[in-house]
Amino acid sequence: MSGKPKLHYFNGRGRMESIRWLLAAAGVEFEECFLETKDDLTKLQKDGSLLFQQVPMVEIDGMKMVQTRAILSYIAAKYNLYGKDLKERALIDMYVEGLLDLNELLMAHVAQPADKKEQHLATIVDKATNRYFPAFEKVLKDHGQEFLVGNRLSKADVQLLETILMAEEYKADILAKFPLLQSFKARISNIPTIKKFLQPGSQRKPPLQEKDLPKVMKIFY
Amino acid sequence: MAGKPKLHYTKGRGKMESIRWLLAAAGVEFEEEFIETKEDLEKLRNDGVLMFQQVPMVEIDGMKMVQTRAILSYIAAKYNLYGKDLKERAWIDMYVEGTTDLMGMIMYHPFQPADTKEKNLALIIERATTRYFPVYEKALKDHGHDYLVGNKLSWADIHLLEAILMAEECKPDILSAFPLLQAFKGRTSNIPTIKKFLQPGSQRKPQTDEKFVATVRKIFNF
Repeated sequence: MSGKPKLHYFNGRGRMESIRWLLAAAGVEFEECFLETKDDLTKLQKDGSLLFQQVPMVEIDGMKMVQTRAILSYIAAKYNLYGKDLKERALIDMYVEGLLDLNELLMAHVAQPADKKEQHLATIVDKATNRYFPAFEKVLKDHGQEFLVGNRLSKADVQLLETILMAEEYKADILAKFPLLQSFKARISNIPTIKKFLQPGSQRKPPLQEKDLPKVMKIFY
Repeated sequence: MAGKPKLHYTKGRGKMESIRWLLAAAGVEFEEEFIETKEDLEKLRNDGVLMFQQVPMVEIDGMKMVQTRAILSYIAAKYNLYGKDLKERAWIDMYVEGTTDLMGMIMYHPFQPADTKEKNLALIIERATTRYFPVYEKALKDHGHDYLVGNKLSWADIHLLEAILMAEECKPDILSAFPLLQAFKGRTSNIPTIKKFLQPGSQRKPQTDEKFVATVRKIFNF
């Protein structure tokens, strides 16, 4: 059934945000159905709409797709953001997997107990600046191109921008030692579809505040 | 550069085991270089061959690939185990993510603290029998084919067999409520490349015991 993709999730970033970014970057309009209570989740589970009883779930092209990575791969392939051949896809997948690992770390911060928060923030900064960002700075340096893979926009570039912006929310100057990532950030942010997504009023979600955490936990636990 | 893929990991299953399974099922011979000590891992890191300082790493087709899913996707696509089109790939990806989640729980089980181990095992069994296996049983029931997707062997089938066998190590009769999965297991185990991999002497790795847990903790420092 054609029509806009429909996203089922709570009204926050979580694991759905990367999917929102990719659809937006691809210029694809989408609708959202927000889970506000546990009952909303239970209803979807009872409907048989969630293959493994979990969200994200995206209704797209007649499928009720679940599993973030499966959804991202489908969208990337459909909208030509997945490189031109197997080897480019391999590089894109490697880069995205690394970035999703960093994303998980960033997302976990809001739920850390108060006495662990400072240590966790230090870990985030350490991993971002010693493990992940150097790897991508090097990729850009080695080929001198504007995009991570194949001299063309791909899901890897979209994911890298998303992750950079999230990391900067934790430490504003986190890109201080990475000049190529700084210019990458500016360049990719200026791509019209992405620029639009970065403006107020778009479907991009704000970071989860600690005060909103109980509501989210109630939906899932 | 042609030549056999070369796997860099410990001598245990961990995150590399699914890669061994997939290569074996595809009939691809591979070499292994084992990380036995912390120093072995440090050397790989210092050599600059691990993009994110982590293993698994697989040298394949001139690339030093890291990130388990990326490696598995590449192998699946290369050896025609990824369906015939985008939609079949979508289903394979969804199914594989489910078995990845289940096998991830089982993989971490030996590393759980002693006081939560029993509860964790109960959770694994619950998830296997109420969340994951029903999905695959239903998939097989709905289309009546021998394979999960597209009436042809794919990565999803190989991954499911691996998950089934791992789950049975947790509870031998875990498939008792799933007759189609039992038949699936019998059938898929008999595919020549897979049958070979299931025989003693293959590169399939044994379950992680307490002694190996200690080794792994030392290598990866956790």
